[in-house]
Amino acid sequence: MSTAKLRSAADDPAWVKAAVIGVAVLFVAAMLVAPLATVFTQALAKGLGASLQALHDPDALAAIRLTLTTAALAVPINAAFGLCASWAIAKHEFAGKSLLITLIDLPFSVSPVVAGLSYVLVFGLQGWLGPWLEARGIKIIFATPGIVLATVFVTFPFIARELIPLMQAQGTDEEEAAVSLGASGLTTFFRVTAPNIRWGLLYGVLLCNARAMGEFGAVSVVSGHIRGVTDTMPLHVEILYNEYDFVGAFSVAALLCLLAVVTLGLKALLERLQPQTGERGH
Amino acid sequence: MTIASVERASILSPVRARRRRSAIPGFGLTLGLSITALCIVVLIPLSAIAIRAAGMGVSAFAAAAFSARALHAYGLSFVASLIGASVNAVFGLLTAWALVRYRFPGRAILNALVDLPFALPTAVAGVALAGLYSSNGWIGGALAPLGIKTAYNQTGVVIALTFVGLPFVVRTVEPVLRDLAIDVEEASASLGADRLQTFARVILPALAPAWITGFTLAFARAVGEYGSVIFIAGNMPYKTEIAPLLITIELEQFDYGSASAIAAVMLAVAFAMLLAINLIQTWARRFS
Amino acid sequence: MARDLVRPAIAVGLDGVRKRFGRFAALDGVDLEIEPGELLALLGPSGSGKTTLLRILAGLDFPDSGQVRFDRRDVTFAHAAQRGVGFVFQQYALFRHMSVARNIAFGLDVKRRRDRPTAAERKVRVDALLNLVELQGLGGRYPSQLSGGQRQRVALARALAVEPQILLLDEPFGALDAAVRKSLRRELRRIHDATGLTTVFVTHDQEEALDLADRIAILNRGCIEQLGRPLDVLDRPASAFVAGFVGQANRIAGQVRQGRFHVAGADLAAPGVADGAALAFVRPDQFRPVADGEAGLEARLERVIPRGPALWLDCVAPDGQVLEAAVSRADAAKLPAAGSSIRLALTGGHVFPEN
Repeated sequence: MSTAKLRSAADDPAWVKAAVIGVAVLFVAAMLVAPLATVFTQALAKGLGASLQALHDPDALAAIRLTLTTAALAVPINAAFGLCASWAIAKHEFAGKSLLITLIDLPFSVSPVVAGLSYVLVFGLQGWLGPWLEARGIKIIFATPGIVLATVFVTFPFIARELIPLMQAQGTDEEEAAVSLGASGLTTFFRVTAPNIRWGLLYGVLLCNARAMGEFGAVSVVSGHIRGVTDTMPLHVEILYNEYDFVGAFSVAALLCLLAVVTLGLKALLERLQPQTGERGH
Repeated sequence: MTIASVERASILSPVRARRRRSAIPGFGLTLGLSITALCIVVLIPLSAIAIRAAGMGVSAFAAAAFSARALHAYGLSFVASLIGASVNAVFGLLTAWALVRYRFPGRAILNALVDLPFALPTAVAGVALAGLYSSNGWIGGALAPLGIKTAYNQTGVVIALTFVGLPFVVRTVEPVLRDLAIDVEEASASLGADRLQTFARVILPALAPAWITGFTLAFARAVGEYGSVIFIAGNMPYKTEIAPLLITIELEQFDYGSASAIAAVMLAVAFAMLLAINLIQTWARRFS
Repeated sequence: MARDLVRPAIAVGLDGVRKRFGRFAALDGVDLEIEPGELLALLGPSGSGKTTLLRILAGLDFPDSGQVRFDRRDVTFAHAAQRGVGFVFQQYALFRHMSVARNIAFGLDVKRRRDRPTAAERKVRVDALLNLVELQGLGGRYPSQLSGGQRQRVALARALAVEPQILLLDEPFGALDAAVRKSLRRELRRIHDATGLTTVFVTHDQEEALDLADRIAILNRGCIEQLGRPLDVLDRPASAFVAGFVGQANRIAGQVRQGRFHVAGADLAAPGVADGAALAFVRPDQFRPVADGEAGLEARLERVIPRGPALWLDCVAPDGQVLEAAVSRADAAKLPAAGSSIRLALTGGHVFPEN
């Protein structure tokens, strides 16, 4: 980066530098580092054994399983959607494109609770499809399918949002060259496009996965909080916390914190591999 | 082989051929799948809320959506989000400045940490902030003797909403600040401006569109936030009850109508925010 | 060697081709016949439709109406992949994650199994093409490790690898600096002559078109203004646009009376032009400095610039119009001093009615 050594005219006095860095570090410490530290301290308040014991609880294990299942379904669905949407949007011209992009962004600004409610209204017993599904013994709300659907909703834009600008920046020349050399659509995608977007795709998958495993509001509305059955890890944290089982709650929370820290580490690594990814916040 | 394939191409039926609009294949398929997914996952479910709320009738809708308790909840959500976004606007700008302009030990860690609210589940953030800012937590405990209470009141709500919005301002301002050419500042200095004048008259106006976008994104995120707030808020009706929480309370009482009415109001706000963000970005593009 | 890389050249025809982008008419009824083995330049300013025309030939865009023929076959809506064209993109569009050899072999690698040459055949072919474009030994490099001119050659070799029926190049030298441009121009001519392919290239640089092409099609606002050999275009411009666009001509406003163009102090033959306001297009070499008293345009000589074998005279007419004249170096002694007045006779030029 060219800013590594500032020239004098655009340089700031040392005290300004120290003050700005100090305030930024203090702010981040109070808002981000201290809460992380709190989670681990509370989790280990009665020793590592108690903490691990809490994670071995059958309900906690069931919550971990459900969270992994949910992410394993929601992330590939959104990856497939993201690839389709970015191919259509970045490689073709059509009317209404910016409307489509805006609508893809919609889940970012809708409250997760509202999202959860909307699924209850469609699939719940009082909802549009509820009676029809009930008659066929299909359960969506207060069951795993509802949790997966709610998770797909809140993470819907993540991968598409990463890929669209990346593929737009790369243009259509290479794809057109491949086509003019006789390549089919799938060949063009796998041999020409995919190698150019793999880091961006991975980056989107990473963020999507973190959010999918951590979603609380939307999932909380559709889950029904049945211990050991429809509790995801974040919901399990809430239940244990409300039962004043702080070691248990913070132990599960600590596991989710580790997930977050690993996510951030991988994210930093990917940004180093492909500098143009992740310019845009979510 | 090429001649043969051209001959094959020439017998394409003209009707089918005429629909061809792009040399790159897969347009119809990918667009169709995208729009189908968008409808099933996002648009149809959200329309269920609007339809449910519209079916209530005006007076029933107004009674549910604009009850005193609901109005208090909106008020808290908006004011606390506004304060949280403003805090982030100030500290986010400072953080972005430090990250882009200065080299100091721990910079890479600071940079990675900024995204923590994106990666940390909101429920975890909620219990962590409650543990930290309540009167037996490290920060809450330190401030309690001074008579400052930082959890289970409106301050707690603001803290949680500041947390969830933290990355937005940093991450929208950062790339613009990085691309801002140093020579513009040098030109300003060479024309006799001091550092503060340069900052106020040259740098800040260039950052303004990104800064406002970041503020709006942080605000939009905070208005709808649920998980991180409910643990630290105390959730007292008329005092520390946020709008999304009210929806879940109505739902627990199986009052789908009232829940939909409040959700419809929040949905309208979400659309307004989306429109605002788009307008800001259109406006900002004029400068880039 | 290169001749056995390709089959006999084909003719290309366009009939009434139209293409709109929204409300903008990129091509407004283009008819064009390209002869087998011809090297044709599409010359025009930006927005004239030349790149759209090339992309329609390649099957990368499709016309709203009209027909495209390769020999007698209608390929109007044939997909690029089936059309058998070699397309060289303006920014080369090399696959950045593949080596040079893999780039060149791509069109062979993606053929269906029964059409695909064996690995050994493909390697022989790639080596032959690397030789043809004089990049021997660089097959293992990646595009990012090559210079602009080398990338251009790889793009050319890649396009030739699929045995195209025609070769299409979009602004082939646009992204290169002047010295590389010149040498690559010769290179393209050599490769064209070696392969005998029908070749079409797009350029906005008239010098490039005049230098390289057998014939030039000059486009303006989606229409072909003139199609002809370089000298035809230079000496017999079909329209005011062509006269103004080709040959760096000075544009002089005046009046036509009875077949002669008149402007302050000078005149010029204007056969067949109706009386009234008219424009004369006079190339720099069509001015001749003359002594006071003779017929000529009055101007002030601002600067004398040596340029190759000629001297360029920057002159300003009394009405403020800038005139560029060129004289041979031998005439240097006869020129007045810079800053003094000069009289320029018109020895030629093309006159078109002003509309």
